[in-house]
Amino acid sequence: MKDIDSIAVLQDPVRRRLYEYVVAQGREVGRNEAAEAAGVARTLAAHHLDKLTEAGLLECGSRRLTGRSGPGAGRPAKVYTRARAERSVSLPARDYRTAAELLAEAAEQAGLDAGLCAAARRRGEALRGSAEPCGGLEEAMEVLAARGYEPYVAGAEATGDVQAAEGAGVTATAAARVVRMRNCPFHAVAERFPPLVCGMNLALLEGLFGTDGPVRARMDARPGECCVVVESSKNNID
Amino acid sequence: MTASAPAAHLAQLNVATLRHPLDDPRTTPFTEMLAPVNAAADGTPGFVWRLVEEGTGDATGLRPAGEDVIVNLSVWESREALWDFTYRSGHLEVLRRRREWFHRHVEAHLVLWWIPAGQLPTVGEALERLAHLRAHGPSPRAFTFASFCTAAEAAPSSRPEPAAGAAAVQTG
Repeated sequence: MKDIDSIAVLQDPVRRRLYEYVVAQGREVGRNEAAEAAGVARTLAAHHLDKLTEAGLLECGSRRLTGRSGPGAGRPAKVYTRARAERSVSLPARDYRTAAELLAEAAEQAGLDAGLCAAARRRGEALRGSAEPCGGLEEAMEVLAARGYEPYVAGAEATGDVQAAEGAGVTATAAARVVRMRNCPFHAVAERFPPLVCGMNLALLEGLFGTDGPVRARMDARPGECCVVVESSKNNID
Repeated sequence: MTASAPAAHLAQLNVATLRHPLDDPRTTPFTEMLAPVNAAADGTPGFVWRLVEEGTGDATGLRPAGEDVIVNLSVWESREALWDFTYRSGHLEVLRRRREWFHRHVEAHLVLWWIPAGQLPTVGEALERLAHLRAHGPSPRAFTFASFCTAAEAAPSSRPEPAAGAAAVQTG
């Protein structure tokens, strides 16, 4: 299916709600849960979830949600996650990705990391404009969400156990809270030139939040997520 | 993922030319990260082995490629394991700041190749692979992340001739 056809599948408002719900969870979502979240009957949700899967927007697997196995555990349930493939449409046709990859390749070969980071930091500061440095993690979440990072709250000590921290996110103590991001807006170039592009990303966020304000961005890369975490500056003064 | 792959392990060598001596204050941020990052490597799923100088915790004292060139030689179970450690762990912070401590290499500074599981590469063999990559470009004998070869592609039975026409794009 062409990108434009896949994206057109989201025109249906129920599909759109289901898609956005599944994406926002960052984990496998069953049919019952998705139906409840979208406020529609289970059979209708199942129909639309499968349409989204056919369109290549979601991926479908099967899981025994109860955790039981063997006879008596029941049939495995269908679960959905966001598909990894990127979809985009530009009218008229544009190809910024090739431009980005070529510029990144040239910057990498010429060792232009420092210049790139300086430009990214300036851009972040320009985006912030005359505003004060970011005032707190809630504000940081809004800024990050608006830029497509898909932020969520996690416990700082939750290395390798993000799910547990996520569930406890709201109640986690202020000192332990960090904001992590599920999505890397620069994914394709970051995969090809990680140190260069991840460094650029960190500098952009440093500019966006300010480096001497209440929050700070720092590199803490994990598989499958953005390389940066955002935390309260006071966490790290001791 | 090929199910028949576990017979091969992935070896990697990278070289880095120091701007200042290892005990220079300007290199201190790097040397401070060595122990935690090496410990993280040792604990990473899929890590097999890394070169360590006898009586020390790392290989920075060995200088087989030049007086100011430090080497990093390690073995991993898969590309994913090595990739995730290299670019998706605390090691990324070291890479991000690499220009502060190391000269930029015009030639390839990283080489990957497959070895039979259970064997360990020698420093001499590793340097030979790097020289091969630099002289001939990527091939199943010596490649990079950007020009990756699977273990199946690199197996002698499926390799009729050295890949003379392999793309010479070097991004690592």
